[in-house]
Amino acid sequence: MTVLSTPSGTGPQAARARVEQALRGGKVDVWGRAFHLVVLAALLLAVLALVVLLVDMLTTGAPVLTGRLGGFLDGALRSQPGASGIRQGLVGTFWIGVFVVLLSFPLGIAAAIHLEEYAARTRLTRFIDVNIRNLAGVPSVVYGILGFTIFTKALRDVTGSPGSNGRTIVSAGLTLAILVLPIVIITASEALRAVPSGLREAGFGVGATRSEVVRHHVLPYAAPGIFTGTVLALARALGEAAPLILVGATSGYLTGADRFLELGALRERFTAMPTVITTWAGRPGREWEEVTAAAIVILLAVVLLANTTAIVLRNRFEKKRG
Amino acid sequence: MTDATGSLTIDALSGDRRRMRADMVTRLLVLAAAVTSILISALIIFSLAGEAWTFVSQVEVASLWTDGWFPRRGLYDIKTIVVGSLLVTAVAMLLAVPLGLGAAVYLSEYAPRQVRKVLKPAVEILAGIPSVVLGFFALTFISPEVVQRFAEGATQFNLAAAGLGVGILTIPLIAAVSEDAMRSVPNSLREASAAMGARKAVTVVRVVIPAAVSGLVASFIVAVSRAIGETMVVFIAAGATGGALFTTDVFGPGQTMTAAMASQAAGTDQVRGAGLTFQSLFFVGMLLFIVTLVLNLLADRFVRRVRQRY
Amino acid sequence: MSTDSRTGDAAVSEPDHVDHSLDVSPGVSPGAGSGEHGIVFDVSGVHLYYGDFRALRDIQLQIRCNEITAFIGPSGCGKTTMLRSLNRMNDLIEGARVEGKILYHGVDLYDGRVNPVEVRRRIGMVFQKPNPFPKSIYDNVAYGPRLAGTPRKDLDDVVEKALRDAALWSEVKDRLRASALGLSGGQQQRLCIARAVATSPEVLLMDEPCSALDPIATARIEDLMHEIKDKYTIVIVTHNMQQAARVSDRTAFFTTEVNETSDTRTGIIVEFDTTDRIFTAPSDQRTDDYITGRFG
Repeated sequence: MTVLSTPSGTGPQAARARVEQALRGGKVDVWGRAFHLVVLAALLLAVLALVVLLVDMLTTGAPVLTGRLGGFLDGALRSQPGASGIRQGLVGTFWIGVFVVLLSFPLGIAAAIHLEEYAARTRLTRFIDVNIRNLAGVPSVVYGILGFTIFTKALRDVTGSPGSNGRTIVSAGLTLAILVLPIVIITASEALRAVPSGLREAGFGVGATRSEVVRHHVLPYAAPGIFTGTVLALARALGEAAPLILVGATSGYLTGADRFLELGALRERFTAMPTVITTWAGRPGREWEEVTAAAIVILLAVVLLANTTAIVLRNRFEKKRG
Repeated sequence: MTDATGSLTIDALSGDRRRMRADMVTRLLVLAAAVTSILISALIIFSLAGEAWTFVSQVEVASLWTDGWFPRRGLYDIKTIVVGSLLVTAVAMLLAVPLGLGAAVYLSEYAPRQVRKVLKPAVEILAGIPSVVLGFFALTFISPEVVQRFAEGATQFNLAAAGLGVGILTIPLIAAVSEDAMRSVPNSLREASAAMGARKAVTVVRVVIPAAVSGLVASFIVAVSRAIGETMVVFIAAGATGGALFTTDVFGPGQTMTAAMASQAAGTDQVRGAGLTFQSLFFVGMLLFIVTLVLNLLADRFVRRVRQRY
Repeated sequence: MSTDSRTGDAAVSEPDHVDHSLDVSPGVSPGAGSGEHGIVFDVSGVHLYYGDFRALRDIQLQIRCNEITAFIGPSGCGKTTMLRSLNRMNDLIEGARVEGKILYHGVDLYDGRVNPVEVRRRIGMVFQKPNPFPKSIYDNVAYGPRLAGTPRKDLDDVVEKALRDAALWSEVKDRLRASALGLSGGQQQRLCIARAVATSPEVLLMDEPCSALDPIATARIEDLMHEIKDKYTIVIVTHNMQQAARVSDRTAFFTTEVNETSDTRTGIIVEFDTTDRIFTAPSDQRTDDYITGRFG
């Protein structure tokens, strides 16, 4: 940081030198540089947190993942960490995913279509809009209470076999589908809003009904954005634990519920990856830590893969559309 | 006025019956879908209201101001869990606001395109990490390596570690909303400032950030709402499962509203306990619902203000 | 029967008896014999509002069959609004409403029983910015006829005829399945014209169709308009006075008047006459000023 002295004196030479010096710059912009570095550091710290977390999980879980991956994926919940596996958790998570996809995707997309393509700007529409945005911000544990009251208790006989007390995958799947519904609606709405109005006008101009315009032109155009939103919503649903606890996921041991396509198990006691992790996280000892970390890596693999795919696809489509 | 030969009838302009019917059916179906959202809100309120009211109407006022939150023993000291939530949220914001805001400023104002293409998704990926993962990370890494190293006497389970975990979770939220707000500030403002000879940092601090302030406030409110609603990080890392004494010490175990609910549900096979234990769950849930509702409505208003200006 | 103002599609219940005996077949000119063409649109006493704001006042004009009628005037005076009200495209804008009468072959276009979807099949539109569907060239043109129920075997002929009408056939006949987005701007606009005429409409509304195109493409489209004039009735909005003078038979000159109290501008028609007279001997001074470039 050098501070050049201002050339003194009068006359054209000196004046020119002064101007030249002013333009070329005297002081180095210290505060500016510092500010730049500070905000860059903030970003890097945030990314660092992510990196440290991933590395920590991988290294802690490495013994299990490299040592006995097959047995780990296949095994059931046991009292010994060395013998425990996440198969039952995977089954539960799988079926929750199925429920979310089958229930909240169609419902959410349809609702978004209504709000963006059909609804007139009435007070009812605005109310629905505000309501959905609020639902998106409700804590997941409150959705857990909803699931507990309606599915686990009130609809106990529908959602579960007599012995299960309603604490079943069906209850959990329904609850999570409801939890994720506002997110699907919001992201689908954004995708629909991004469709250029010229496209709709062209359809109307040729004499199509509104439903035809939506079906033939708007939806195909918005499909990538909608798909991205639904994948993000699914990833979110698969990671939630609080609603599962409220709905009654098993935290102890579980017999059965270890086959993926056994439909009867849907109405029995269950667990899923997030609750497996929660249970194991509370157990003391290095061996349990390793198993927990390994389970986390598996869950992260699924969730982060979904998230990354969605983000990458969205970026690529946005670029293509220009 | 000469008329064309062969006048047109209105009937001829009434359209294809089948297509009109299909249009009508579609309209009704999507309307039904949209209305289910209202149904969900109604169900939530319905689920909470009954038992929450039972609690409020039957609870002994004395039990609301005691040593701690021990629902199974009939001690419902609300301030324990509320203060717990506030402490965790405060710690979280102490971490998330500087990092999130800083990251947003960098991504919006400084980052070259190539850098942005890599680092922005990295922050977004952070948003996808399930909270149970952060809870375990808080317990097994943040607590020993960060908290216990800097705070003598911190226990293994402590609110600070949980708070930092929640903070990491909310960084991407603040970053995303703030960045959006700053990017929607028109370039003409930046150019005007630069044309007056202001350095970039000055432009950012004096022009861009004030212009985006509604969005920044909104991001903060949303983050607070998220932090208050976060359950699993505290559940795993803050240690108070059955009940908790009132505390303001972030370096020791504690309980939040959310984790209290989860603890109660997870504790035994039955959610019931003595007296109003069961109902206390719903009472806390109702409290949470109202708090986050208010915060979200507030944030909404700020977001709309941003949109209106530009 | 309600007309959904935002969506513009009438919720129609089926008529008891659909009488097609008096239909005007689209595409055929029911011209009167005396050398003066029959009237297709009769617009009288029309005011158009967006909510409380009056965009057009006291509009009176007639569009005649097989003629090209041009709407000219400075920006923002409602020419496009007027054009879009002829095929009920304004229905898509929330709060838009029409007072007065717009008669299409004697039928009130805004009657509650009239279905805008059917209206737009008979009255086609070409927009300012070419907006082909992101589909193949063939599917763009075939879209309208498919909706209207044209049998599959006839589609190829319908598409070819439309593309010939739009003077695009020779350029695309070997790549009908290629994406429409690969065409140049001028070609895309001609594709939009082909798409519009594929449903055999009687009327073609064109909203500044050449403003996004280069002069060569513009010239092609102007030639096209002359070629298809005897099959269609054309109404064109244009900023380009020379274009109006070159192309149209009749011209309506729009301008705005300022409302002192509300500080808004409302569109009015200053003069409506044959193009010859408008451009050589206008009756109104304002028209003369605009034509000679003294304002606008």
